[in-house]
Amino acid sequence: MPEQYKLILKHADSPGYTPDIECYERHGGYHSLKKALATPPRTLPDGKVQSPQEVIRDEVLKSGLRGRGGAGFSAGLKWSFVDRRSGKPIYLICNADESEPGTFKDRQILHKDPHQLIEGMILSCWANDVNLAYIYIRGEMIQGAKLLNEALKEARAKGYLGKNIVGTGYDLEIHVHRGAGAYICGEETGLIESLEGKRAYPRIKPPYFPAVLGFYMSPTIVNNVETLCHVKHIVAMGSAEYAKLGTPNNTGTRIVSLSGDILKPGYFEIEVGKVTLGQLIFEPNFGGGLRPGRSLKAIIPGGSSSKVLKAGELFKLNRKGADGQMTKVDVPLLELPYDFDSLQGAGTMSGSGAVIVLDDTRSMVDTLANLSAFYAHESCGQCTPCREGSLWLSKGLHRLEQGDGRKADADYLKHIAKNIQGRTICAFGEAASWPVLSFVEKFRDEFEARGAADEAARAKGSGSAKVPHS
Amino acid sequence: MSNATATPTATAPVETIRIKVDSRDVDVPKMLPNWQGRLEPTTMLQAVQIAGGEVPHYCYHPKLPVAGNCRMCLIEFGTPMMGPDRKPVLNPDGTPKIARSVLPYEPSTPRGAIACATPISAGMELYPSSPATRQMREAVLESLLINHPLDCTICDQAGECKLQEYSVEHGQSASRFVEAKVHKPKAVNLGPRIVLDDERCILCTRCIRFSKDIAGDDALGIVNRGSYNTIAAWKEGAFDNNYTLNTVDLCPVGALTSRDFRFKMRVWFLKETKSVCTSCATGCNITIGSREGVVHRYEPRENDAVNGPWMCDTGRLNYRWIGSEARLREVWVGNKASTWDEANREVRIRLSKAAPGSVAIIASARQTTEELYLLKKLATRLGAITDSIAREGDPDTLLVSADRNPNANGARLTGIAFTEMGIQIPKIASGIASGAIKTLIVFGEDVTQHGIGVDLLGRLETLIVSDILPSQTTQAAHVLLPGCAHAEKRGTFVNAKGRLQKFMKAVEAPGDARPEWEFLHDWVHAVSGRNGFSSIEGLFNQMAREIPAFEGIEWGRVGDLGVTAKI
Repeated sequence: MPEQYKLILKHADSPGYTPDIECYERHGGYHSLKKALATPPRTLPDGKVQSPQEVIRDEVLKSGLRGRGGAGFSAGLKWSFVDRRSGKPIYLICNADESEPGTFKDRQILHKDPHQLIEGMILSCWANDVNLAYIYIRGEMIQGAKLLNEALKEARAKGYLGKNIVGTGYDLEIHVHRGAGAYICGEETGLIESLEGKRAYPRIKPPYFPAVLGFYMSPTIVNNVETLCHVKHIVAMGSAEYAKLGTPNNTGTRIVSLSGDILKPGYFEIEVGKVTLGQLIFEPNFGGGLRPGRSLKAIIPGGSSSKVLKAGELFKLNRKGADGQMTKVDVPLLELPYDFDSLQGAGTMSGSGAVIVLDDTRSMVDTLANLSAFYAHESCGQCTPCREGSLWLSKGLHRLEQGDGRKADADYLKHIAKNIQGRTICAFGEAASWPVLSFVEKFRDEFEARGAADEAARAKGSGSAKVPHS
Repeated sequence: MSNATATPTATAPVETIRIKVDSRDVDVPKMLPNWQGRLEPTTMLQAVQIAGGEVPHYCYHPKLPVAGNCRMCLIEFGTPMMGPDRKPVLNPDGTPKIARSVLPYEPSTPRGAIACATPISAGMELYPSSPATRQMREAVLESLLINHPLDCTICDQAGECKLQEYSVEHGQSASRFVEAKVHKPKAVNLGPRIVLDDERCILCTRCIRFSKDIAGDDALGIVNRGSYNTIAAWKEGAFDNNYTLNTVDLCPVGALTSRDFRFKMRVWFLKETKSVCTSCATGCNITIGSREGVVHRYEPRENDAVNGPWMCDTGRLNYRWIGSEARLREVWVGNKASTWDEANREVRIRLSKAAPGSVAIIASARQTTEELYLLKKLATRLGAITDSIAREGDPDTLLVSADRNPNANGARLTGIAFTEMGIQIPKIASGIASGAIKTLIVFGEDVTQHGIGVDLLGRLETLIVSDILPSQTTQAAHVLLPGCAHAEKRGTFVNAKGRLQKFMKAVEAPGDARPEWEFLHDWVHAVSGRNGFSSIEGLFNQMAREIPAFEGIEWGRVGDLGVTAKI
C-alpha cells in the first residue's frame, strides 16, 4: 500500500510545530541556506569553473524539478532563460496567488511553515543574483500574509534577510504583496502587472517573456510556493538524491489537494508518480473511498481547468519496457500514476495537483455550469475570445441548467469553447474552454438528454419561460 | 556622427529576409519602425502589408503601443522544420519542409499568431487568407457582436465603422447567440467633448493608450471584469486634455463620439477636402467634412512631417466662425453697399493719389502666402510700410505652437513682416498720429485691438479694409471688402518649421465675398501694370520664382503633404 512521503510537509503537521523561526531552526531550518552560501566554486571535468550560484542553478536543473503551479515546466530551465546580461536587476516573485478551484496546498505551507518558503526563496534569489523579491499572496489569505510578514521580520532579525546575509555580503529584501481577489493574478504576467500597480492584464508573449521583460521590464523569475520550497530540499539533499524521489522526469514529491465526493477530503504529499489516481481516491490512508452506495462518475485531476476524466476510461500511455523500448500500453483510469507525464498522456494535466472527485449523483450539466460561472466571473476581459466567450458559455450552460435547453446545445457549447482555446493572450482561454470541451465530449448523452427533455416539455407547452440572464 | 552608432539612413542598404505570404515569395525588411519610429523586427502584419495584403485589426494602430487584445489579426503561419541537427528538414523536391503552427495539446488544430506583435523570421510562411485564418476572424467577429447593440441605424460611426466593414468582409450573416445581451452604460460623460456608449465599445483600448502614451494624460482605464468591462475616466467628465477628440478618430466603432459632431450628419454625405488647420503655426493637416456649403467637422489628415495622425481639440473645433451669420457679405464704399467694380475703382483712385511714404499696410499672418506676396508687391509699388500682428500663446509638447498664426513664416518670407512680427505697428501708429501716414490698408486684423485705436483710424484719409467678420476696424473703413476663409479658397501656408503646405477649397464663400488674391491681383495690376497670372497656380509659380526660399517649387509639386521651404 502506498504511503505519503512527507518532504515539504515533514514538520508542518507534527503536533507542537509552530510557524515561528525558533521552531523552524530547531528542526534544522536555515541550515541549507548557510550550507549553500558557503558552497565553494566547483571545477567541472572540462576544466570550467562554476560559481557557487551556478552550482545551485545546475543542481536545480539536474534535480528535474518541475513547476508545481500548473504548467509543470522545468524550474531549472525557466531559470536558465533569465537574461543575465541586460544590466538590469533580476527579480524573483513567489506566486502565492493560489486560487485554482480545488487547490489548497500552498496555504498549508504559508500557514504552517512560512520559513520553509522564505528559505527556499533566499536560496533561489541568491542562486539567481536577485536582491529584491516579492511574495504575491492571494488577497483572501489574510492570515497567510500576516504570518509571512511576521516570519520575514524574524528572518531579518536573525540576519537571514536584509543586508549582508549571514556575513556573506549578500543583500536581499523580500516584500509581501496582497492581491485584491482576482484569479487572473495567478497568471505570471498578470501577476507582474498587478504587482506594478496596474490592472492584472496578462502580457502578450512575444515580446514580454518574464525572463527577459518581466517586472518593470526587467528579467524576472516567477515560481510557485511549493516549487520554491523544493529548492531548499534540493540544496539539502543534492540533486542526485532528490531525483531518486518520484519517477523519471517526474521527480520529487508534490502535495495533492483531494476534494469532492470522497470520504476523506484533504491534502496528501506523495512521491510524484508513485501513487495512482485510484489509490488516491480509494486507499484508507488517502481519500478513503466514496460514500456508501455511490459509484465513481468522473475525476477532474488537476484543478478545475483540467480536462475531466470519465470513470472506466482507458488510456494508451508510453511505457518503457524491461528492454528499454517504449511501448504503448493500456492504462485504466484508476491505475493512472499521479504525475505530470501520465496525466498529459491521458489528454489532461496534473495542473495544480487538485483532484476533484465526482460520484454518480452529480449532474455533469450542473457541475459544468458551476465551473463556467467561475471562469466567466474571473475572465479579465482583456482579449476578445475569452472575454465574450467565457460569459457566453456560462449563460448557455445556465439556460440548460434552468430547464430552457436545446438538444443542439452540446454542439453550441463545443463551438464556443473551440473558438476560445489557443486564441487568447494567456492560458485562461484554455482554462475556460477545456472543462466545457471535455465535459461535452465525454458526457454528450447527458447534455443532449437535458436539452431534448427541455424541448419536449416546451413542445407540450409546459416548458419554462426563458430564464433571463445578464 | 560615427558610422558605428549611426541609425540606418534611407541610403543604407536594408537587410531583407525572404518569407512566403499566401504561397508568394516576398522579401521584406528585417527591421521596420515601431510606433515610436524605433527599428524593431518586422511583424507579420507589416510583412503582409508589404506583400500587398491586409490583415484586419482593431486594437493595432501604427502610432500606438501594441496591445494585442482584439485577436482580429490572428493568422495561421508555418516555420521551416528543424531537424535534430538544427538543419532544415527538406521535402523530396529539395524545398524546406514547413511545420504549420498547431495547438501543442491538439495537433490537428491550427494555432494562430497575432500578426500585430509576432515578428517574422527567415523562411516563415504566412497564410493570411487560409481557411483557418478566416475561421479565426469569423470567430472574433462573432464574439464582438454577441453583446453589441447592433444599432447602426442610429450610430454616428455608421459608414466609417470597422465593425461594419469587417463584418461584411469577414463575418457571418447569422448569429448563433441566443442568450440575453450584456447591458452597459449609454451616453457616458467621459469629458467635455467626448460621449461614450459602452455597449458599442469593443475594448480595444486604443483610447486608453492614446491618452496615456501620446497625450500624456492617464485619464482613462477599464473598470469591472470580463464581459462587463467598461471604459471609464477616473472621474466622470475628467477626460479633458487638449487631444481628447483624437480618440473619436481612433475608436474603430461608434463608442466614442464627439459631442460637437454626434447626430449632426451622416458621414457619407460629407464632402472631404484636404486642408490645413489655421489655429497655430504647426499647420496640422486636416480633412474638412462639408455638405452643401456648410463645414461640419475637421479631422486630422496623417502627415508624419507635421502632425502624424493627430490634431488638438482647439484646432479641430475652431471652424464654426466659417459659417457664422455675422460674416461680411457685401462690398461697402463709403457707407453704402456697393459692387466690386465700384470698390476697385475707388481703391485705384485713392491709391494712385497716395504719395510715397504715406501708405501703411497691415496684413494678417492668417492670410495665404500668395496674398501676402501680392500685398508686398503692392507695398513696394506704393512705397508703403508693412507689418502684421503677432499672436502668442502657451505651447505644449505635442503639437500646439506658441505662435498662433498659421502663416507667420509666410509673412516673413514674403517680406511683409520682420522676424519680430509687429515691431512696425507702433511706428505706423505714430505715423498716423503725426499725419505722415494718410492711407492704411488692413487685411484680416482688427487693428483697434493692437495699438491703432478708433481715434487714430479716424484721422486717416483712406482706410481700406478686407476681412471676414465685422470689427471696429471694418466699421471705420472707407472701402470694405469681404474676404474668404481658408476653407473657401485655395492657397498655401508656411508652418513654424518651414513646411509649405497647400489647402483646397471646401465650400463657397457667403454673399459677394471673394478670395483676397483675386482682387489683390486686380490692384497690383492696376498699380503696376503687370499681369502674369490668372489662376492660383500661376500666381504661386510666379511667387516661387521670386522668393528664394521657394526656389524650384511649383504648385503642382507641392503635393498633399507639403514640401520643405528653405527658411
